[in-house]
Order: sequence, then structure tokens, then C-alpha cells
Amino acid sequence: MFPELNNLLNTTPDRAEQGKLTLLCDAKTDGSFLVHHFLSFYLKANCKVCFVALIQSFSHYNIVGQKLGVSLTTARERGQLVFLEGLKSSVDVFFRAQEEPHPLQFLREANAETLQPLYEFVREALKPVDSGEAAWRYPVLLVDDLSVLLSLGVGVVAVLDFVHYCRATVCWELKGNMVALVHDSVDTEDEENDVLLNGLSHQSHLILRAEGLATGFCRDVHGQLTILWRRALRTTAQREQILTYQYKIQDKNVSFFARGMSPAVL
Amino acid sequence: KMLDSLLALGGLVLLRDSVECEGRSLLKALIKKSALCGEQVHILGCEVSEEEFREGYDSDINSRLVYHNLFRDPLNWSKNGKAFPEGPLGALRALCRRTDPGPVTVALDSLSWLLLHLPCTILCQTLHALSHRSSCPDSSSSMERVRVLGLLHEELHGPGPVGALSSLAQVEVTLSGMLSQTSANILYRRPRQRPTHQTQCFSILPDFSLNLQGMSTLESQPHPDPPTTQADPTAHLTFNLRLSEKEKEAKDSLTLPFQFSSEKQQALLCSGPGQATSCIFYEPDAYDDLDHEDPDDDLDI
Repeated sequence: MFPELNNLLNTTPDRAEQGKLTLLCDAKTDGSFLVHHFLSFYLKANCKVCFVALIQSFSHYNIVGQKLGVSLTTARERGQLVFLEGLKSSVDVFFRAQEEPHPLQFLREANAETLQPLYEFVREALKPVDSGEAAWRYPVLLVDDLSVLLSLGVGVVAVLDFVHYCRATVCWELKGNMVALVHDSVDTEDEENDVLLNGLSHQSHLILRAEGLATGFCRDVHGQLTILWRRALRTTAQREQILTYQYKIQDKNVSFFARGMSPAVL
Repeated sequence: KMLDSLLALGGLVLLRDSVECEGRSLLKALIKKSALCGEQVHILGCEVSEEEFREGYDSDINSRLVYHNLFRDPLNWSKNGKAFPEGPLGALRALCRRTDPGPVTVALDSLSWLLLHLPCTILCQTLHALSHRSSCPDSSSSMERVRVLGLLHEELHGPGPVGALSSLAQVEVTLSGMLSQTSANILYRRPRQRPTHQTQCFSILPDFSLNLQGMSTLESQPHPDPPTTQADPTAHLTFNLRLSEKEKEAKDSLTLPFQFSSEKQQALLCSGPGQATSCIFYEPDAYDDLDHEDPDDDLDI
């Protein structure tokens, strides 16, 4: 969790808004620091978190999480975190009886029509339980990332449907939050990915877009973050809808500053 | 007022929005307007929950809205099968068959969702049937106006489907700009008339009424023709394009500040009275690397 980012978004783990879809998007840079931020943010907020991690291994997220002050191992043991490790369980799909449903069932199908098994997994994971052993606050779904589903052969409408159902269940029915990362393929003109990104942008309430600098790599400024609030017409009539900052990723923190105001420049 | 003119024609009103400039608030403003006229409004909601859609309307308007909730379970994944067993198309056709007395407005939120899940031709046919219900022979009421409001997220579709839908539309609104200050490019296709273009700036207030901005440019020009009168680009310039002889002479005789002349060089080299008194004392260090060459050797002084 990066306190400076919380300040920019005007939120803290104690008083985060509910029922929102946050879209993380990165172009020409790596936006995974945003995923780590939200993972530690919601674990600290005492939320029940379902993390669909298709990009990295559990230990990777765990090591970064420890730097940010959360232990994924403990959270998983306590039942706070449900972790779907895509890298590991993708192998399981091929070594189990076909009848058993598997969240990543689409890997086994020639033309994957639907991500319904993955949605069923999320719904099961975040289903409110009555046993009063540990009362978590609202549920949260994190996906890292959705673009890789396209690369694995899932159609863009199927991914949008998956997000739609997750939104209907997690954000609306359970009053929780959803955070998903999508890559922006600026140069490659990947039409499917563009449709996915735009379709999700239309559904989301908050868009965080990390962009590499147009001038290339820089030691002191790692990129630019654009914050776009959507559907905020009623609550924030007078507020700026778009904010842009530059950031520098440090070992355990990310510092944000106005454009051109990097401490290294001044 | 802008909303009136948008709703006056009937038929399909297409609202084209983008990520930066969402069109749902304009859709809700139009729905509010229709509801205030005493119409029954049917909403096919695919993208937001009923609560979110109804938020911001007062109870009087909410009572006139019929929300067909396709948001909760559009593809029948949860298998309780009570919502729309025939899927989105069935829901759309059910709207077609509905026979309410009086004028009806149907709002589709959004056409993009329908277009991603239905073949374009079938969607266009259904929309056509929906907006031309009055011409159906089996409908008993003689002249029934059905207005269809369709929200379309432009970036999600190729030019083909967007073109097909816009040719169906009586009125087409393309939104641009930011949330606080939106500008709408409106294209009217009145029957047996030339299409007219109009650009309007507005902002939408929290109660979904429209606030037209003063700087709205209202031009009405025939669409297929290029603008006939070309404005003279040299009309109101803040500078001269040409110089007279006298001005040219004055310009040539002027010495620009960056031009280096011999007078300037002298002025810089000859020290003023204040500078003459200063002098530098320097004691060489033991390890000093003294260079006996003149460091300014290569300069022209």
C-alpha cells in the first residue's frame, strides 16, 4: 500500500468506497505496482480478497507483499485470501478428470466460448459465509491481468461477460469492489485488446492509467499516472475529473509529484 | 430546448459516447424529459444495476420507469431462469410486443452490449420493428409513437455496425468534451428533408436537467454539401502580411540584440571604472597542476 497514492485517490483502508470497479491500465510500462498496491490495501482493510493471479507465482506476490507490510501466506491461512495461481493450476487442468469443473477449464477447450467456470470459482470464493470465525468486511476481486486471457485464446466478448458477471455479483450483489489490470497495446494495434480496454473503461468507476514517458527511460521519473473518475457527476460536481502525476517507484514506496516537478529535476 | 428537439422526431435516437465523455447522463436526462411528459418509459438495462440507474430520479419519475433488468443475469449463467430465458434478443422482442396505450419511450442501455452479443443484422431488424411499431397491421391503435433511445459506445465497434445503426437513426448525437462541459454534435434526419447538423454545448446538472452554455454555436447547414462560402483567412489578422518600402528599410537598418558588432566587443572588453579596482591574489598549492598555456588562446580577443 502506497500512502501517497491513497492521498491522491482520497481514500484509506478504513473508509474505502464500496461497489466500485477500478480499472488499472498500463501502456509502455509495467503497471503491476498498482496491483500490489490494491492487494495490500484491501488485505489491510480486512476485506475478503479473491486474487486471480495469472501472471506471477504466489511467492512473487508474497515477497512484494511482505515489502508492503502484508503476508499473503498468513492471509491465505486465515482464510482472508483466496489465491488462484494461474501458473500452477493451469497444469492441473490437463491432469484431472474432465468432468470435474476447473476455473481455468477454457485452457482445455479448442475454442473457448465462456469463462463461466472462472466466474463460478470467484463466486464460490467470495460467497458470504455464516460461520462467525472471522468476520471480513466486504469482498474484493483482483485480477492480474485480463489481457492474458485474450492471449490464451479467449474471445473479447467472453472476457467482457466474465467481468460483467463479476461486477454484478461482487460489486452490486455483495457490495464489494473489483480491481482488474489490462495492458494497453498502444503501438501494436491489437483490436481485440482495444475493445476489451474500452469496454471495461465504460464499465468502470475509476481508471488508473500508468504510462511510460514518451521520451523513454529515465532514472528519476518512471512514468506518468492518469487518474480518471467516471460517473462521479453527482458527488463531485466541481472536482477535477482527470488528474495526472508522474511517479518514481522506490524499494518500498512510490512517490508521486506533479508533471515536471521531480525532486531530481528541481 | 435541446431535449425537446431531440425527442420531437420519434424513431431511433442514437447517442454516441466515448470513454472520456460518457453519455448515460444525457440518456437519463432524455428519459426524465419523456417521463415528465407523462410517457411510459421502458428501459432495457444491460450495463448498470437498477439501483444505479434509478439513482438521482425522484419517486414521481421512478414510478413511470419500467426497468427490464438484463444486468443481473443476461446469459442465464445462474440458471434460475426467471429473468429472460430467451436471452437479450428475447427481451428486446418482448419490448416489441408490449402493447401499452399511449406514447412509449424505450431506452436501450446500451446498444453496445446488444451489438456485442447479437448479430448486427438481427439487431437492426429488431430495432426497426421496434421503432416502426405503429405501421404493424396487427396493432390496434392507429398512430402510436414509439421512441427508441440507444446508447452506443463508439470505440467498441467497427465502422460497419456503427454505420448500419446510424442509418437507422432519426437523430444522431455524438458527444465529445469533458464531463463538466460537453458538446454534442447533433444530426437530424427529418423525413423528406435534408439532414441538418447542429452543435450544442451543455452541461448536465445533478438532477438530470440540462444547462445550455451561452457559447453554443448553432449552425444549420446542408450536410452533403461542403460549406459554400469560404471565410477569408487573412481577414482579421493581428499582424501585417506584407511590408511597405519604408518599413522594409527600417527593418534592415535595425541591429538585432544577438548580432555581435565590434562596438559591442569593445564595450565588453574595456573594463569599467568599478571593475578596474578588483584584483585576484592566488597562492599556488603544492599539488597544483599549473598550465602555462593561455586558456583563452582560441578566443578572438
